Amino acid sequence: MEQLLKNLMGDNIGVYALLAVPPLLFIVPYALFAVWLERKVSAHMQDRLGPMRVGGWHGWAQTIADILKLLQKEDIVPTAADKTLFVLAPFIVFVGSYAAFAVIPFSSEYVGSNIDLGLFYLVAVSAVVVIGILMAGWSSNNKWSLFGAMRSAAQIVSYEIPSVLALLSVVMIAGTLNLQEFNHMQSGWFWNWMIFQKFPFVFIAFLIYFVASLAEVNRAPFDIPEAESELVAGYHTEYSGMKFALLFLAEYANMFAVSAIGATVFFGGWNSPFGDFLSGPLLGVFWFITKGMVFIFIQMWLRWTLPRLRVDQLMYIGWKVLTPFAFANIVAVGLWMIL
Amino acid sequence: MTSQEIHDQLKGKFGDAILEFKPDAVVDPYVQIAPDRTKEIGLYLRDDPALEFDYLMCLSSVDYNDGNLGVVYHLNSLRHNHKITLKVRVPKDKPEVQSVEAVWKSANWHEREAYDMMGIRFTGHSDLRRILCPDDWEGYPLRKDYKVQEFYHGMKVPY
Amino acid sequence: MLETKEKLETKPPPTSTGKTVRTEEMVLSMGPQHPSTHGVLRLELVVDGEIIVDVIPHIGYLHRCFEKHSEAMINYQMVIPYADRMDYLASMSMDFGYAVAVEKLLGIKVPERVEYIRVIMAELQRIASHLIALGTYGLDVGAFTPFLYCFRDREKILDLFEMTCGARLLYNYIWVGGVSHDLPPTFIDKAKEFCQYFKPKIKELNDLLSYNGIFIGRTGNIGILPAEVAINYACSGPMLRGSGVNRDLRRNDPYSIYPRLEFDVIVGKGEMGTVGDCWDRYIVRVREMEQSVRIIEQALAQIPSEGDVQSAVPKRIRPPIGEVYVRTESPRGEFGLYIISDGTVSPYRVKARSPAFVNLSVLPEISKGYMIADMVAIVGSVDIVLGEVDR
Repeated sequence: MEQLLKNLMGDNIGVYALLAVPPLLFIVPYALFAVWLERKVSAHMQDRLGPMRVGGWHGWAQTIADILKLLQKEDIVPTAADKTLFVLAPFIVFVGSYAAFAVIPFSSEYVGSNIDLGLFYLVAVSAVVVIGILMAGWSSNNKWSLFGAMRSAAQIVSYEIPSVLALLSVVMIAGTLNLQEFNHMQSGWFWNWMIFQKFPFVFIAFLIYFVASLAEVNRAPFDIPEAESELVAGYHTEYSGMKFALLFLAEYANMFAVSAIGATVFFGGWNSPFGDFLSGPLLGVFWFITKGMVFIFIQMWLRWTLPRLRVDQLMYIGWKVLTPFAFANIVAVGLWMIL
Repeated sequence: MTSQEIHDQLKGKFGDAILEFKPDAVVDPYVQIAPDRTKEIGLYLRDDPALEFDYLMCLSSVDYNDGNLGVVYHLNSLRHNHKITLKVRVPKDKPEVQSVEAVWKSANWHEREAYDMMGIRFTGHSDLRRILCPDDWEGYPLRKDYKVQEFYHGMKVPY
Repeated sequence: MLETKEKLETKPPPTSTGKTVRTEEMVLSMGPQHPSTHGVLRLELVVDGEIIVDVIPHIGYLHRCFEKHSEAMINYQMVIPYADRMDYLASMSMDFGYAVAVEKLLGIKVPERVEYIRVIMAELQRIASHLIALGTYGLDVGAFTPFLYCFRDREKILDLFEMTCGARLLYNYIWVGGVSHDLPPTFIDKAKEFCQYFKPKIKELNDLLSYNGIFIGRTGNIGILPAEVAINYACSGPMLRGSGVNRDLRRNDPYSIYPRLEFDVIVGKGEMGTVGDCWDRYIVRVREMEQSVRIIEQALAQIPSEGDVQSAVPKRIRPPIGEVYVRTESPRGEFGLYIISDGTVSPYRVKARSPAFVNLSVLPEISKGYMIADMVAIVGSVDIVLGEVDR
């Protein structure tokens, strides 16, 4: 697609601007859907029905109504807040998660930027979110926000290590960082997927990655940065209106970003599980999003089942359980490859 | 132990600090003690193996409406499962009672409440502040002659 | 408070680079608007990072002058709606305590059927109250789903209450000398049905929350309250029993028909840590619900089918001059009422010894040195209802 556009328009900045549009077109409806889904999933897990009124069928328009409400809300900036940082923070958080979508291959024909350092870039750029969260927490001038931000920074930085190490063991097998190539390697039936290679080491790597990714996107049971019952709402306590919506959007975009990495690296990305059956560029988009949504559903499932860890227990799991296992896994994969 | 025996033991130990014993009071018999010796009596009641009143069920303040305020202690022993009521009476113009916080920690908040509501000052209390009303509230609401203040920080109080 | 100031002034040791870094303890105001202080409790936390150095509870935001109101009432019965509003999650128990106290002052006995109705109601209320305590406790440690499961089951109890007296929260049902209405004809069957329905739900709660590894990690060995401290602070109810003290007023200072009924007093054994930790207090409540079901089933089997539910108490109660301290086991612990009568138709002085008030006073003792997240777990395990703390 990139090539096609370049042929049409010549090699100019407009091509890249156009290429950047599809993720945005995807993120917003996806976030609306995911928020609705989260509410429905949690409701059905809890013997409730969740939103039922807005829009008719199972309250499908509830989140649209919510976003309209948020748009109209007064945009409050606390008097004692650091105004510049306070306003900037949600955008940085969102930019961090949006930028990650640049290298995510949605289909065989579409990837925002098919760079060879794809995975590396993805991991690096999603860490920008930390800066935004720290800014939000600090500039709110609220002790709860500050606690949330500090916890969040500590958590994301700690869990980056096991998640990167887990991905590294797969990269060793694949021998590439280009996400599109990952997809091409895993084409064919589902047993070609990375998750079934070098059993069980890639599977262990996947488990480590999945747990760490939950922590990276602040989902339960690692939701301590915004632990509602402890820190009120953590770093976004003071945010209201559209800024809050943006932080919320970024959170859901992040959820999809980590799910997309999981799907691409371990589960064949846009490949159909049944070889050539039901495959193609458009169906690829379908498979890719379906796989991502499965992960998102699991994230929701966990959230509504498990209690929350304490901050020291979280660090314990990150540094003393996941990181050593990830290292051991790398060594094991390395030995397998040499032998 | 019956309340009579408890009283006799206390009388033998403390003599003139035990003012009155009323075994035939309606429902609960009580022992009246001197307000400036509650702590040592309390310690004795708690630590004597035969009495062992380790549980302060309740500490209440009363306005007797005859110029006197009172504090009532309801004690219970978990081991012996016996009870006794202690009472002290203090004049309204100098309501000072020795604190029993050092004996039973639960007295801490109860005494603060008695101070807040009835204006009884507990000597030796570690942190005698108002507990339910705001710190700058005027008067002691549970006294029978209490008149509510007109304004509190510009807000009209009587509705 | 003094301790804190001293600590603020002490200099921290120099860091590895030799420079002295100035560190400060932060004062964090938790509440009165905070999701997990269970109402309008305000905790002034002095924290060193996430570690709690000192806790100063501030109460009184919900003070509604119960005691002053009682003195101003025209007669004794009129206090009951106010007693209802003390512990609004266990109104029946409050009514029960008050009724027992005034009856003792009057020296009357209520009919058999009334006693049974009261015990059934009090035990149903205990289950309802514990369900909220457990559900919100799950919420405090981040488990949302058990909360709604608990509310679903509580709803069934509220339905039973509603069909009995028309109200779902503040019942004004147990009156001095009787109850306001007789049981509706289908009540006994419905209550039996509830008991059958409810037993498996306790197991569900255990599977979902009680024995969850993360939950145990969050509550085991946290907020340890040793037995002697608990007694010295006059803790009561699940708080005291969680510390391993076998004491239940239904057993140790029996009232009503409890001596006739069989049930076990549950005590904490320190299964998931130390005796008296948050998990013990939690599990005591869970197991007490099982015992309450047992009591209800016995009471339902024994209740006399006929009988007057409003014994011959005069319209205007005029107790003899005297005073009484009566304590009953409310879901939160020892609910004591000290009533002084001056021989007139309205009480001279009513002092309510509310269990949550006393239980809460132990909070600074058991929460120092833990983290903010533990603070939430500890407050939750105390199970306070601010309406009752502040009265």
